[in-house]
Amino acid sequence: MKDWKVLLVDDEKEFVVTIAERLGMRGIITETVFEGEGAFKKLETFEPDVMVLDLMMPGMSGLTVLEKVKKLYPKIEVILLTGIGSTPEGLTGMRLGAFDYLMKPLQIDELIQKIGMAINKRSSAT
Amino acid sequence: MRSIKGLIEDLLSIPEERSTPERYRIVGRNIAILMLTTTLVPLALMTAINYYEYKAALRNEIQAPMKTLVNKAKHSFELFLAGRLSTVNFIASAYTFEELADEKNLNRIFRVLKKEFEGFVDIGLIDSKGTQISYAGPYELQGKDYADQAWFEQVRVNGVYISDVFKGYRKFPHLAIAVQHISTDGREWIVRATINTAKLDDLIASMGLDSESDAFVINRQGVFQTKSKFYGDVLDKCPVTIPTRSFEPTVIERVDPLGRDIFLGYVYFNQNDFIFAFIKHKSDVLKVWYTLRADLLIVFVIGLTVIILGVLKLTSIMMKRMKESDDRRTMALREVEHSHKLSSIGRLAAGVAHEVNNPLAVINEKAGLMQDVIQYNPDFPDRERFLNLVKAIIQSVERCRTITHRLLGFARRMDVEVQLLDVNEVLRETLGFLEKEALYRNVKLDLDLLKNLPQIKSDRGQLQQVFLNILNNAMFAIGDGGTIAISSFERDSEMIGVTIKDTGHGMSEETLKHVFEPFFTTKKSGQGTGLGLSITYGIVKRLGGDIEVQSKPGIGTFFTVYLPKQTPAQSGV
Repeated sequence: MKDWKVLLVDDEKEFVVTIAERLGMRGIITETVFEGEGAFKKLETFEPDVMVLDLMMPGMSGLTVLEKVKKLYPKIEVILLTGIGSTPEGLTGMRLGAFDYLMKPLQIDELIQKIGMAINKRSSAT
Repeated sequence: MRSIKGLIEDLLSIPEERSTPERYRIVGRNIAILMLTTTLVPLALMTAINYYEYKAALRNEIQAPMKTLVNKAKHSFELFLAGRLSTVNFIASAYTFEELADEKNLNRIFRVLKKEFEGFVDIGLIDSKGTQISYAGPYELQGKDYADQAWFEQVRVNGVYISDVFKGYRKFPHLAIAVQHISTDGREWIVRATINTAKLDDLIASMGLDSESDAFVINRQGVFQTKSKFYGDVLDKCPVTIPTRSFEPTVIERVDPLGRDIFLGYVYFNQNDFIFAFIKHKSDVLKVWYTLRADLLIVFVIGLTVIILGVLKLTSIMMKRMKESDDRRTMALREVEHSHKLSSIGRLAAGVAHEVNNPLAVINEKAGLMQDVIQYNPDFPDRERFLNLVKAIIQSVERCRTITHRLLGFARRMDVEVQLLDVNEVLRETLGFLEKEALYRNVKLDLDLLKNLPQIKSDRGQLQQVFLNILNNAMFAIGDGGTIAISSFERDSEMIGVTIKDTGHGMSEETLKHVFEPFFTTKKSGQGTGLGLSITYGIVKRLGGDIEVQSKPGIGTFFTVYLPKQTPAQSGV
């Protein structure tokens, strides 16, 4: 898990900050951003292996961010966070290039497992 | 005119504002009245027209031959009298006074007369002073003086005289014919003959009348000149009065002195003061008419009965159809309304679920972080206790997650969606809603689901609603401590079935009959809408399935839902 770099993008600050702290406690390098546009600013200085992206955000929506990321930074794997019962949106995201999607509230171990799988995919591709 | 129009409009209008049963009663009554009017009026008119036409035709048929007969009889009588008159006239003219005054001559003439013409009784020569000069016949009348008798005066004035029938001293009915002759030298004499009127009776007898008919001749004073079969003998007064003079044969209807309805045909003689009368009894001649009238009445009554029964039956069928169609429409409307309502509730539930979900995720992560902090710090005070507390929080979050899941599931049910699904799973999911209540009320949920039950193509949300409605009713019926047994099975290659059996209070036969009707409920006001089972029924039917219910008061209720493995394409779900 060392050297894994993850960018968390979610407007729910309390949620995203807590997740970041929990991932950090497990040795994962984590950065947080609270809205879509901010993510691209952050990407100029911080290039993560995986982006964990909430679909429901004010301003730029998760799916727009995803499309743009996949276009500008095709190497970054994106894991989507969806609300309950938002399976169709999750599937749409996967068609647009997301690695997988998880439903909130989530299990930290499941998230870490997905991040690991995404990083594996990324390294096997390179 | 306007009132009739108003009446028709009233009959055609449907009173929307009235209560439903009364409305159907009024509409049914109006339709029946309209149909009866439009069918019975022509029938009654036709019967009445037929009645009067037949009556007129029949009367004409009776009267025309009567008139002919009366006319013929009159001619026979007139011919008879004219023949006798001209014979007497011939004798008066052909012989001189002296020839006729000679009794030998007169007897010879009389013998020829009797031989050639029937009915002559005697003949005599009377001079201008009224004295009978000579006489041939069975009586001793020579020298008789007729100067004072009225007929003598009349024959001298008119030249001719035919008497009414009389008996005189001959003691049998006869009539006298007298003819005056004035010779070229101014000498005047009268030949007078009497004729036996039995000949007149013969003429009537020769008409061949039936036993119920009568014919006779009367004079203008109403005295019989011939005998009548029913009303009297010759020279009796005729009890039937003959109306005003008519030389044309006439037939009238009246009641005779014996109280019988009769047709009276009569005609006045042109040359004499006689009237010929012909009588037929109505009851006799109208037998055909009475039969016809009875037939007409029977046809009318049968027609009337058939029409009334037909109209009533038709109206009742129409009303039933109308009520059924109205009920279907009302039910469809209620169903739409209900599903809109549910749809709104569904959207609300979905919104709530989403909104609750985010703080729930935060709580989950905070608790997770707390867990991490404790776990990563072996020296954390009261470590185990805090770990347990955090675990409890995370478990509660999980429970909340399940609840929001269900809310969303409920919301999704509003969208019609056919998919391949496992009915056992749908049943378990539905029972999830009731588990807590069942637990609190100590209700036993007994599941006997068929393993490897084939998956079916149907609508998950609609099915959940079906099962939930039945289960809710079962929960209501059993009270605390009862049992609800649920089982699934495969009926045949096309259908599967689900049974839901409760140990509740059951339903009476009467309740069972109405159980699927909308707005039918046995629950107290406010406890139920009466829509649940009607919607259930509608959904099952739409899904191409069927629903059956058996129930016994005090024992429980047993619902069986059959569902097709393939939802029919035309079901619209």
